[in-house]
Amino acid sequence: MTATSVPARGAVQTPARGGVPPAPRRRRLPFSPWHLVLVPATLVLLFPFAWLVITSVETPAEALHFPPVLTPHVLRFANYPDALASASFGRFFVNSAIVAVATVLSNLVLCSLAGYAFARFRFLGRTALFAVIMATLMVPFQVTMIPKFIITKWLGVHVLAAVGINHIGALILPNAATAFGIFFLRQFFRTLPLEYEESARVDGASRLTVLIRIVLPLATPALATLAALTFLDSWNNFLWPLIAITSTDQMTLPLGLATFQGAHSTEWTLLMAGNVMSLVPMLAIFFLAQRYFIRSVAATGLAGT
Amino acid sequence: VAVSHILARQGRPKRPGVVRRKVADSEQFTGWVFVTPAVAVILLFGAAPIVWSALMSFQRSNLLSPSTPFVGLANYRQMVHDPVVVQAIQHTLIYTALFVPATMAVGLFLAVAMNRKIRFISVYRTAAYATMAISTISEAIVFIWLFDPSYGVVNYFLSRIGVPPQQFLNSPSEALYVIVIMTIWGWTGFAVVIYLAALQGVPQTLLEAAAIDGAGSWRTFRRITLPLLSPASLFLAVWLTINALQLFDEVYLSTQGGPLNATTVLVYYLYNQAFQQFNFGYASAIAYFLFLVIIVITVIQFRVGRRLTYYRS
Repeated sequence: MTATSVPARGAVQTPARGGVPPAPRRRRLPFSPWHLVLVPATLVLLFPFAWLVITSVETPAEALHFPPVLTPHVLRFANYPDALASASFGRFFVNSAIVAVATVLSNLVLCSLAGYAFARFRFLGRTALFAVIMATLMVPFQVTMIPKFIITKWLGVHVLAAVGINHIGALILPNAATAFGIFFLRQFFRTLPLEYEESARVDGASRLTVLIRIVLPLATPALATLAALTFLDSWNNFLWPLIAITSTDQMTLPLGLATFQGAHSTEWTLLMAGNVMSLVPMLAIFFLAQRYFIRSVAATGLAGT
Repeated sequence: VAVSHILARQGRPKRPGVVRRKVADSEQFTGWVFVTPAVAVILLFGAAPIVWSALMSFQRSNLLSPSTPFVGLANYRQMVHDPVVVQAIQHTLIYTALFVPATMAVGLFLAVAMNRKIRFISVYRTAAYATMAISTISEAIVFIWLFDPSYGVVNYFLSRIGVPPQQFLNSPSEALYVIVIMTIWGWTGFAVVIYLAALQGVPQTLLEAAAIDGAGSWRTFRRITLPLLSPASLFLAVWLTINALQLFDEVYLSTQGGPLNATTVLVYYLYNQAFQQFNFGYASAIAYFLFLVIIVITVIQFRVGRRLTYYRS
């Protein structure tokens, strides 16, 4: 992603036509004309973010004013403590973080194991099992959500309350391993050369040791991609938490924010302060690991082509 | 032939046979141990629910009665006669038909503009990527505020160019288009990333050759770059369509399907039937119908796309 090979502008725009020197062209701008497109586009893309932040530090009177106050006179940072007092964004954040981290870790472990077995071992039922897993990949979430809800409810009542309805465990367990993760890692493992694994086996290493010591280090890019995509998915998931969680202390950020919006739908300054607080952690993580996120998202596209 | 037959019945030559079987057994065992945890999760929460909801779609199952009798195709027949389902299908298709091409066009345009080494390029790119980090819920809340009929900044900008204030999300004729706009914004980063990655795979030599042959930059783009981007375009078209057909979060937050069902899309109605009305049977039928729509549209896209897509071997 970073090693950008870019067409040299001159090469495309001023072709040397059969050796004839190019006719004198209109005067060139002192900067690339693409800035004339990119600056307005960037402003449009960033405006919602800017307006969000501006509203979050306005007074309620300024927010409910037409024409809108584009530059608040006083920065009212008290909106933030006020928002925190009426909804536990800290709690939502911790829940979101627990769910996302647990989901990422369990996916890395379980999908590595399964993906490696599907890539390298022959065992009874491998093909059939893999076909079933691939089939689940194609089915949209909405088809499975009702039985998922019933199963989760049953598990909470009869097996373990921590993974039942209204516990964040219910947001982790059903996504603890994904068909996409297994498929993705299996495809990657299959591209690795067999020789290292075979020689390690000859030296007496167990299959688990081979996986942990030889294969996984070679698969770091794929693992990072899976981690980034799983994290984004988990962090932004809304429909399943909406179904599975009703009590406030178990809510993740999107659900908590939606509930907060429902309760304060006209208190825009409060709403925007809450929104900023729930956005900032993800934005920070995203920018810190931008390269990984971008590369991972690009990988899903390139995999499809 | 006879000798080999006898050998086969008695077992193959001893030593290699023993070794092979031992390896195979340990592979059998380890294979199953390795896949069991992940497979258990996926069978329980992925595969079993597919079958279960299929069964449920043939049952009458709701909160009113504890029994869930099989009713054949009654749930599916009910859909045909349900005016809201018909509306929901229309809204979903209109939304998809607007959202997918628009997002692809915006993404392609910005990616082409950003695929060059100019000053501040990382700022421009980061601005586009940032839309990927925002959740659908945060996005929806910001856009509800931007498009607020009384105090929204969009109405203010419109008033500056002489357009009277609009009702936007409160208007049955405008609400769906506001949702189109907010989701285009939300998906811009994704489309840009996909197209930028594909643009970087366009070989420099081809562009230079076209320039030497006297092709202008538009013709080079049209005849060289665009065909080379077609796999990425097909991927985006399919991916965005699948997501568009499953639109829910923004509708739930901004309009709850209203006003006057103007933004009731399939998944919103499905959610409403399943978790507000608790008609699990009917909701399952709608879910399977949605699945069918997704399959049919995806297959058509791949069929048509294969003809239009250019793959470098």
